Amino acid sequence: MASHILIIDDEPNIVISLEFLMKREGFEVAVAGDGESALRAMTERRPDLVILDVMIPRLNGFEVCQRIRAEPAYRGVRVLMLTAKGRETETKKGLELGADAYMTKPFSTRELVAEIRRLLEVRP
Amino acid sequence: MLQGWVIVAVSFAYLGVLFAIASYGDRRAEAGRSIIANPYIYSLSLAVYCTTWTFYGSVGRAASSGIGFLPVYLGPTLMVALWWYVMRKIIRISKAQRITSIADFIASRYGKSQLLGGMVTVIAVVGVIPYIALQLKAISGGFTILQHYPAIVMPAKAGAIPVLGDSALYVAAVLAAFTVLFGTRHLDATERHEGLVAAIAFESIVKLVAFLAVGAFVTFGVYGGFADIFTRAARVPSLEALMTVPGGGGGFGTWAFLTFLSMLSILFLPRQFQISVVENVDEDHIDKATWLFPLYLLLINVFVLPVALGGLMRFPSGGVDADTFVLTVPMAEQAQGLTLLAFLGGLSAGSGMVIVETIALSTMVCNDLVMPVLLRLSALRINQRRDLSGLLITIRRLAIGAILLLAYVYFRVAGEAYALVSIGLISFAAVAQFAPAILGGLYWRGATRAGAMAGLLGGFLVWAYTLLLPSFARSGWLPASFLTEGPLGLTLLQPHRLFGLAGLDDISHGVLWSMLANVGLYVGVSLTGATSQAEATQAASFVDVFHHTQGTERTRLLRGSASVSQLLPLVGRFLGPERAGEAFAAFARRRGVASAEALPADASLVNFAETQLAGAIGGASARVVVASVIQEEPPGIEEVMDILDEASQVRAYSHELEHKSRELEAATTGLRAANERLQELDRMKDDFMSTVTHELRTPLTSIRAFSEILLEDPHIQPDQRSLFLSIIVKETERLTRLINQTLDMAKIESGNAEWCAAELDLREVITEACEATSQLFSEARVALTQVLGAAAPRVMADRDRLMQVLINLLSNAVKFCQPGLGHVEVRLTAHGGQARVDVKDNGPGIPREQQEPIFEKFRQGGDSATGKPHGTGLGLPISRRIIEHFGGRLWVESEPGHGAIFSFVLPTE
Repeated sequence: MASHILIIDDEPNIVISLEFLMKREGFEVAVAGDGESALRAMTERRPDLVILDVMIPRLNGFEVCQRIRAEPAYRGVRVLMLTAKGRETETKKGLELGADAYMTKPFSTRELVAEIRRLLEVRP
Repeated sequence: MLQGWVIVAVSFAYLGVLFAIASYGDRRAEAGRSIIANPYIYSLSLAVYCTTWTFYGSVGRAASSGIGFLPVYLGPTLMVALWWYVMRKIIRISKAQRITSIADFIASRYGKSQLLGGMVTVIAVVGVIPYIALQLKAISGGFTILQHYPAIVMPAKAGAIPVLGDSALYVAAVLAAFTVLFGTRHLDATERHEGLVAAIAFESIVKLVAFLAVGAFVTFGVYGGFADIFTRAARVPSLEALMTVPGGGGGFGTWAFLTFLSMLSILFLPRQFQISVVENVDEDHIDKATWLFPLYLLLINVFVLPVALGGLMRFPSGGVDADTFVLTVPMAEQAQGLTLLAFLGGLSAGSGMVIVETIALSTMVCNDLVMPVLLRLSALRINQRRDLSGLLITIRRLAIGAILLLAYVYFRVAGEAYALVSIGLISFAAVAQFAPAILGGLYWRGATRAGAMAGLLGGFLVWAYTLLLPSFARSGWLPASFLTEGPLGLTLLQPHRLFGLAGLDDISHGVLWSMLANVGLYVGVSLTGATSQAEATQAASFVDVFHHTQGTERTRLLRGSASVSQLLPLVGRFLGPERAGEAFAAFARRRGVASAEALPADASLVNFAETQLAGAIGGASARVVVASVIQEEPPGIEEVMDILDEASQVRAYSHELEHKSRELEAATTGLRAANERLQELDRMKDDFMSTVTHELRTPLTSIRAFSEILLEDPHIQPDQRSLFLSIIVKETERLTRLINQTLDMAKIESGNAEWCAAELDLREVITEACEATSQLFSEARVALTQVLGAAAPRVMADRDRLMQVLINLLSNAVKFCQPGLGHVEVRLTAHGGQARVDVKDNGPGIPREQQEPIFEKFRQGGDSATGKPHGTGLGLPISRRIIEHFGGRLWVESEPGHGAIFSFVLPTE
């Protein structure tokens, strides 16, 4: 059964590229453009992994990450944070809030895919 | 038998010896081996204080008032004890400032004031002339008495002899000639006369030896020693009183006044100043002089009482003037050789005084009276003459002649009315007027030029009124009623009982009133007035001389600079080109410069030139002359601080401290504010950088992702492929736009943007902008209407910038309109000096809380579920700044759900 991946980003073009990449890898993909709709989407279908952008409207990426980690139902959901803000404090903050991995935009598609595969293989 | 020619021959022979000594001294000085560079010669030369007044007059005074002759020597003895404190300072200042006379000293202290220098000179000349007259009287009197040897005949009253038959005239002429020879053979920058000092020291030995010889002869030859004389005198009732201190308050008062006067005189008599300050070669000589000079005074006074008592007992009838006892007692004993020696002693005492005094006065007259006037008379073109040294010497020679002539005239007019001592005391009282200005000037920074002038003038006038005019009255040149009843019968103004003050002798009375006026005016005027910068600088360099002259040469006396080519000829004109050349070359060597021509044109060169000139023409004139060629520079902050500091150290210290602490406080506050501002700026910069980074990374992310996708998979479907490529192109455009706008924003914010303001027809610009964006509208299927009206307001703005604003507003409007349904309206109105442009759309509108933030950098509007609009987030902030730059305003009005209206106004022409 293919893993389910939720892409949370408000940049349409980035969403298009991520969607294409994940589908090419054979994952099932859902998309949310802001924090609130992302949480709504998660209640509809629990994803195995979330690709989470930090700078999104209505609850930013850190808040969404916190909510996911606070919800026992989402235990085991992997969170990969993506951000265009490359400052170290942000990386640290993301990891401390419970993200499993943190990548900076622009990313290498190959590395992104490899990282997602790695995360999905580590079964909790 | 002593014939006239013998006396004349001996006198000339003596003067010849003096001249030989002086020449030898000068030659040695030129060879660099000074014969006067030792404290013994210095102390002996100081004894120029002892004139014929001492030599003849002390005995005369002792004969009438016993030990009443002593205060005149007690004063100097007391003062000398203070020399280490006072004189050392005066000498140090004088060396640093190249002071040439007492007038120069006072003028320099009070801002190099020519007027003050002239005043001091006049006072000195008027005040000292009676004193010189006294010498003429004594020498010629001695000559006349000697002529009648062995008969003892008192000289006739001066007025009784025809002028041409008066020996005093010839004495004056001969002394003038010798003074010219001694004092004005050449013009020296330092105004020092080594040979003269040597000769004066020799004279001091001669008069001491002569007096001691006479004293010893009278005491041990005529009588049987001190005990014998005093025992015998004690038996004569009229003499007994002489051996006790005069009783009564008046007696002590007179003592005190005389002591006080002579204390000041030893410092301020022009000849004492000349010898002790100007001719001083080493200030350490003061140490020995402090006891050697009083010792000299003691020795020359030891035999005064014995000679006086001996004379009184020898001539009990009173037909012989006690002032002549030094001569007449040996004469009465038929001691021919001793009589001649005594005459020589008197001659040495008189000539020494006359020569030094006249040289000092002539220097003052030349430097502080004549030169300033000549320099002012531009008609004489004195500044343009090549060599003025000859002129300077001529002026001095004429001055010497004139002073001696005046002294002779005074001798003829008033000389007979007083005893030697009284004449001398009138002069003492005159020079005492210098005391407040000099002593105050040495220690009181707040003393001002106006104060010094007022004090001197007041003191001098009172002196003239209470002491000089009465001497004319006594001689019959003024009505005697002037003395007894006061001028015009105003008894309150009686010169010897001013304002009814009785009970004092004439001298004490005059000194009291003149010093009261002098000190009162000096202090009062100084306290009420302010000092000029030049005064403050000089005040500080005098008062603080010990701080300034240690080790380093004082600079900054004059600000400004002038080149050697200007200064050398200038100094040359006064010193002679050769002497000036040597001096400049020596200065260049001292500064380690190859030649005089290579000297840098700086303040220290100017000061050097000024001090060289000061030696020749006095400080005040030198300043004027040098100022004519230098380019004054505005005082630097350092100098201003310096002057502030020097003007009043105490005041300046506390001021400075207060100032500093205020400054520190202000600086701390300023720094704190600046620091906060910096931190704020730093935060803003960080935010900005972070935002810009974010904005740059976002399009880059898409570009990279799609590029990699396309690269990895060549068999991708064509429609997908073209979608991905068009995204790459759009994102690249976005990136470019972002970079351009960021740079544009940075330019505007830093003020480096170029603005080409011109008068524009706003209507035209709007039409153009609509045309430029027409494709955007048609692509988005949004309608555009222009409501421009009839008005064609003209505004002052940059055409391209205004286009930028309009295109930004129009494309924003398109972006937020629904395709197919969108409608945008541009409206132009003009009203009340303002042109207004509205861009109205029927998009979703902007929530109230977003309406202001959208004008901030990178704060785009339209965040919603529909996703981000394509934009940089800089368009509106830039537009607003452009409109504000041209004096207008840009804002938005919007009701969510009912579209938005972006409006701006610009002032019309």
